Amino acid sequence: MSQSTVDVPPKGGFSFDLCKRNDMLIQKGLKAPSFLKTGTTIVGLIFKLSWFLSHCSDMVSSQLRLHRYQTGRDSRVITALTLLKKHLFSYQGHVSAALVLGGVDITGPHLHTIYPHGSTDTLPFATMGSGSLAAMSVFEAKYKEGLTRDEGIKLVAEAICSGIFNDLGSGSNVDICVITKGNKEYLRNYMEPNPRTYVSSKGYSFTKKTEVLRTKITPLMERVEITEVTGEAMEE
Amino acid sequence: MTFTIPIDNGDSVKNAEADSQRTLYPYVTGTSIVAIKYKDGVLMASDMGGSYGSTLRYKNIERMKAIGKHSLLGASGEISDFQEILRYLDELVLNDNMWDDGNSLGPKEVHNYLTRVMYNRRNKFNPLWNTLVLGGVKNGESYLGMVSMIGVSFEDNHVATGFGNHLARPILRDEWHADLSFEDGVKLLEKCMRVLLYRDRSAINKLQIAKITEEGVTVSQPYSLNTFWEFKAFHNPTAGAEGSW
Repeated sequence: MSQSTVDVPPKGGFSFDLCKRNDMLIQKGLKAPSFLKTGTTIVGLIFKLSWFLSHCSDMVSSQLRLHRYQTGRDSRVITALTLLKKHLFSYQGHVSAALVLGGVDITGPHLHTIYPHGSTDTLPFATMGSGSLAAMSVFEAKYKEGLTRDEGIKLVAEAICSGIFNDLGSGSNVDICVITKGNKEYLRNYMEPNPRTYVSSKGYSFTKKTEVLRTKITPLMERVEITEVTGEAMEE
Repeated sequence: MTFTIPIDNGDSVKNAEADSQRTLYPYVTGTSIVAIKYKDGVLMASDMGGSYGSTLRYKNIERMKAIGKHSLLGASGEISDFQEILRYLDELVLNDNMWDDGNSLGPKEVHNYLTRVMYNRRNKFNPLWNTLVLGGVKNGESYLGMVSMIGVSFEDNHVATGFGNHLARPILRDEWHADLSFEDGVKLLEKCMRVLLYRDRSAINKLQIAKITEEGVTVSQPYSLNTFWEFKAFHNPTAGAEGSW
């Protein structure tokens, strides 16, 4: 990615710079990475002073750092919002990232959603992902203004659990990130509502490399000999 | 989801005629139905809207009807197909009464009949474009079941159709329990209908709640829910984020 915030502004659209190099690597035998499509549930919520994110994405943090050095000021949430939406819009929806962006800056706490085509919303509570409807039903039923930090954490965990148990594309554990002025707290595995039911007391060990018993190579293309025939071969 | 079979005889006139004989897409649709079993029977809620694509065309459609003495049928999906189903059931109930033998069709029987009808229509690629909810009480036993347009049929303690699948089911799974009182049941249904009102574009704020018990069916008068839109954040959402929206 060759976008810099100082020198040449990006011309927009897809950058084909790396395609020739990727082709060359594939020919040399490198396996191209496949797409990992994951179902998910992400929610965000503003409580009294700050806000929560339950699933973070930090794609533009380096760009923000450069911006901070240049302007001499702390970054704002709308800066990250603009950088993300410019990036996503330039890919015309082909970068399938649906994001919840939140933060606390000099102007206060903010929460935004960003859709794959680059549109954004500013909201007090938001959900995205395949489990978004399950989580949103919890928020719409239970959100109030003026929640304390603990109430907010509980509500967010409940919304994610709703996504985990009611959406087939979401599962396992709840991670929560609490962001307040100048400080973020990452509560990894805040809840683990799907523990392993049976664990072997002996532990697990796996066998060593598979033994090769027999090798047989079948050439798929026959070797073709071409001999020049003078004169009459193709005269008719 | 559209029902189309590729017919490759190249004759577009004949194809159009053949296609006009089967349902390809719905036109006037009703949105979700939510229903639960409670202490005395079954409670069902639906709004009164009929959408024509993205227009809210009709605002006085009753999507829940009593069937015989013991059952209550709610439908989401194509309204004309729902009316057709009501005519089939009318004939069924009439024939049942003509036997004059003191027996009457219970909810299980009606549910089974509907399942067969829906499944057979689906096999002929001409479905009735509805998801039906059948609730009832007979001889003290409550029954609540659902049939979809492709003939998927099951019974459960709480059901939801359409958007209710995604928005109401999580709430019902968390908060339903056996032997709900009437007031608690209504509160639970209203909670689900409120979330649907906030988040489903084809929902309207005019709903009915129907109750079926051993005594019979009562469908309430239409009423509307209280909604709350006065969050400070909604008044000026971009207060600190000038230029965004």
